[in-house]
Amino acid sequence: MRPAGKGELESLYFDYPRFAARRVAELDGAAARHPVLIVGAGPIGMTAALVLARYGIRCMLIERKDTFNDGSRAVCIARPSMHILERVGAVAPFVEKALGWRFGRSYYRGEQIFRLEMPQPPGEKYLPMYNLQQQYTEKFLHDAVATSDLIDMRWQSELSAIEPHNDGVSVRISSPEGDYRLDADYVLAADGARSPIRSMLGLRLKGDNYEGRYVIADIRMDHDFPTERRAFFEPAGNPGGTVLIHKQPDDIWRVDYQLREGESEQDALKEENLRARVGAILADVGHTKPWELEWWSVYSANTLCLDDYRHGRVFFIGDAAHIVPIFGVRGLNNGLADAENIGWKLALVLHGEADERLLDSYSPERRGATLDVFANATKSTRFMTPPTRGWRLAREAALSLSLKHAFPRGLANPRQMQPYTYSESPLTPYAERNAEFAGGAPCGSVAPNARLIDGSYLLDRAGSGMTAILFCEGPPTREQAALLAQLGRIDKRFVPVLVSSGGSASDSKTIADQDGEIARLFAAAPGTLYLLRPDLHIAGRWKGVVPGEILKAAGLCLGSETP
Amino acid sequence: MSAMPFEDFETAYETLATAIDQAGPAREALFLTRLALVLAQKLGDVAAYRTAIETALDGLE
Repeated sequence: MRPAGKGELESLYFDYPRFAARRVAELDGAAARHPVLIVGAGPIGMTAALVLARYGIRCMLIERKDTFNDGSRAVCIARPSMHILERVGAVAPFVEKALGWRFGRSYYRGEQIFRLEMPQPPGEKYLPMYNLQQQYTEKFLHDAVATSDLIDMRWQSELSAIEPHNDGVSVRISSPEGDYRLDADYVLAADGARSPIRSMLGLRLKGDNYEGRYVIADIRMDHDFPTERRAFFEPAGNPGGTVLIHKQPDDIWRVDYQLREGESEQDALKEENLRARVGAILADVGHTKPWELEWWSVYSANTLCLDDYRHGRVFFIGDAAHIVPIFGVRGLNNGLADAENIGWKLALVLHGEADERLLDSYSPERRGATLDVFANATKSTRFMTPPTRGWRLAREAALSLSLKHAFPRGLANPRQMQPYTYSESPLTPYAERNAEFAGGAPCGSVAPNARLIDGSYLLDRAGSGMTAILFCEGPPTREQAALLAQLGRIDKRFVPVLVSSGGSASDSKTIADQDGEIARLFAAAPGTLYLLRPDLHIAGRWKGVVPGEILKAAGLCLGSETP
Repeated sequence: MSAMPFEDFETAYETLATAIDQAGPAREALFLTRLALVLAQKLGDVAAYRTAIETALDGLE
């Protein structure tokens, strides 16, 4: 919603473009079959299109609306998402515009009780978190989509019917230029929380709804405070409700405040009530200068997801598959991970480089990530919006004790998004090898990064297929060389990365790990091998090469082996 | 104070919240008083128990 007298998309700082519907060939009778149809050009649908384009796969991307989503919405972009954006070639404008951060504060009745500090290992390229209004996220992704010859972007185009078959999907698309039918080998449903495709296929989200409701508002003000997450429990400016404040680019601040129990949502959303409440909250944080109201909406927490993210040749990604509470900033970030996960798998299948059975791993991996989010989100949501008297009393006790005592303060930790570890995935068959390591990154987790002497990063060397990081003292042994050659034969995208502890690299491609920093990060000894998937999750790790297991793990990631 | 791992403390917090709901609003004060007596007996240290009572009373509004 926007202030009285303002147009629906009349923003203080962002020009919403209007995209016209095109006269497409199908309207003139062209019968086309497309490898992939993506429905919904929000951040997740556009990222999925860019992942496919990275692999040279064509897709059609349709969007019902004629512009981007309005309002800041999903504000926080986590480090793993920055890596996804980097891999699809879109990260530069995000780095330039977004506000990076790693600290936060929680207050109880105006006094600080918790200091959030997200780790920043020295080898990481990106900060743990970045704040950016969602419409910028969509604009930057769309700029990348618009320059790709492989993405056929169609605005004002709504999917009005869908008919799944064994060997493809038939759909009907309605646009102002007319209606048409087309066929696709696969459909990615990125059509959001209210996914029409989900309804058309008779599928339902399952899970829990939470009581607490939050108003989320964007305001513009000249306010001097660093980019940190601030959470206020029982603040004077919003008695009986929690407040969250995030800084965004362009002097825009996001204020989220919880409605009191029994408070009418309709009244709370009235402009004069909203202005009064935001004014009180700002006065409470010491902002006495003027401020302008930009946009607002209302939100309540849910943990809902589909039983299966795959329905034949239709894959659900992002909010269409799962709805998570906002407090852990996992909605956008998990959606981007969905897009990359299905993207690389589908691309390899469509190229004939992987068997179709690889697609079976999408739902277990990404639904597993959602359930993990639910477990964490349930904890943080119960703290942010205590559902019953018992939870409210327990929270009040913990918060009031936190003023003078450290022991309960961790309960106020927002448990910000952590990347999910695919430890139980069918593509992570040798997780028990973790026992051989005294540290490092476990099987299924995202590979850690390391800064190299020339200023580049270890993971810059990874390829679009499988990547092996082999630690050695000198050149690879005969057995290691034979294994790397064999991996190259089963995966034409395979990239070996050699990390030498010998002090001097034997050739220009070998990374010299002079002070042993990289070996320590991976808890590696000479002979240790880490096998990475295209999304840079660790498919397996071995203290010394075990060719049979390594080839089997690589084969599973290419769908050529059965678990 | 004991060195209770945070995860265990969090489980204690959750168990308590659920138990207060189970006791119900009419019986919650009685339940919490009974709990305090049970914990005193388990603690077995009256000086530590007095300190705990003072900690809980301090800043009570």
